[in-house]
Amino acid sequence: MITITSEPIDTESLRELLFDPGAGGYAAFEGWVRNENEGHEVLRLEYEVYEPLAISEGERILVEARQRYPHLKARCVHRSGLLEIGECAVWVGVAAPHRDEAFKACRYIIDELKVRLPIWKKEHYTNGDSGWVNCERCKAHGERDAVPHTRRVGSRGH
Amino acid sequence: MKTITVRYFAMFREHAGVEQEIINADVATAEDVFRATRDRHGSDEPAGHCKVAINDEMADWSATVQDGDTVLLFPPVAGG
Repeated sequence: MITITSEPIDTESLRELLFDPGAGGYAAFEGWVRNENEGHEVLRLEYEVYEPLAISEGERILVEARQRYPHLKARCVHRSGLLEIGECAVWVGVAAPHRDEAFKACRYIIDELKVRLPIWKKEHYTNGDSGWVNCERCKAHGERDAVPHTRRVGSRGH
Repeated sequence: MKTITVRYFAMFREHAGVEQEIINADVATAEDVFRATRDRHGSDEPAGHCKVAINDEMADWSATVQDGDTVLLFPPVAGG
């Protein structure tokens, strides 16, 4: 399950939701707001999320992760709106039978979320300027081969 | 000619000055819509660096658009 929220992320409560008697490993990733980017001193961040498609595309990523790593439990939360330095912007948590799948599944999910969800980040700088973050890796993702079952390709009928 | 509702997000919306608009244009694919609205969204990026959805479904740039469709133009994403 993926959730978008404008409230602080309670990672401890989320972790408990993943408890499973069949799980021997838990892995989580937290993305935090950093005070610097490419030489600019960052004051705060602002996330714009197109929620309907962020949810549907995020759920697809979780399904893909479960197909790759059977018996996986996975959840994700992404923030929207204004965030201060040090706040958790994104949390991914997984529970799996063994640690290897847990680490790999967590990595797969965060890597795909970053390049596929319709989310944009505006940095507000200490000098009063602001700017949208241009993610080179995300651009490159747009040019890689589409995942056939997640995208509409070519002509379509109504 | 097709009537297409175009929605702009993030820097595209800020450049266009509107969240959405209706265009009448001779367009066959999502990429045609991206090109036809270049002056509005203001992006010099190739379409392949951005993303597109048609009627709230992620689409490829080669996807055909039909009269009455809503095309969502997404600048390069930057979540996480």
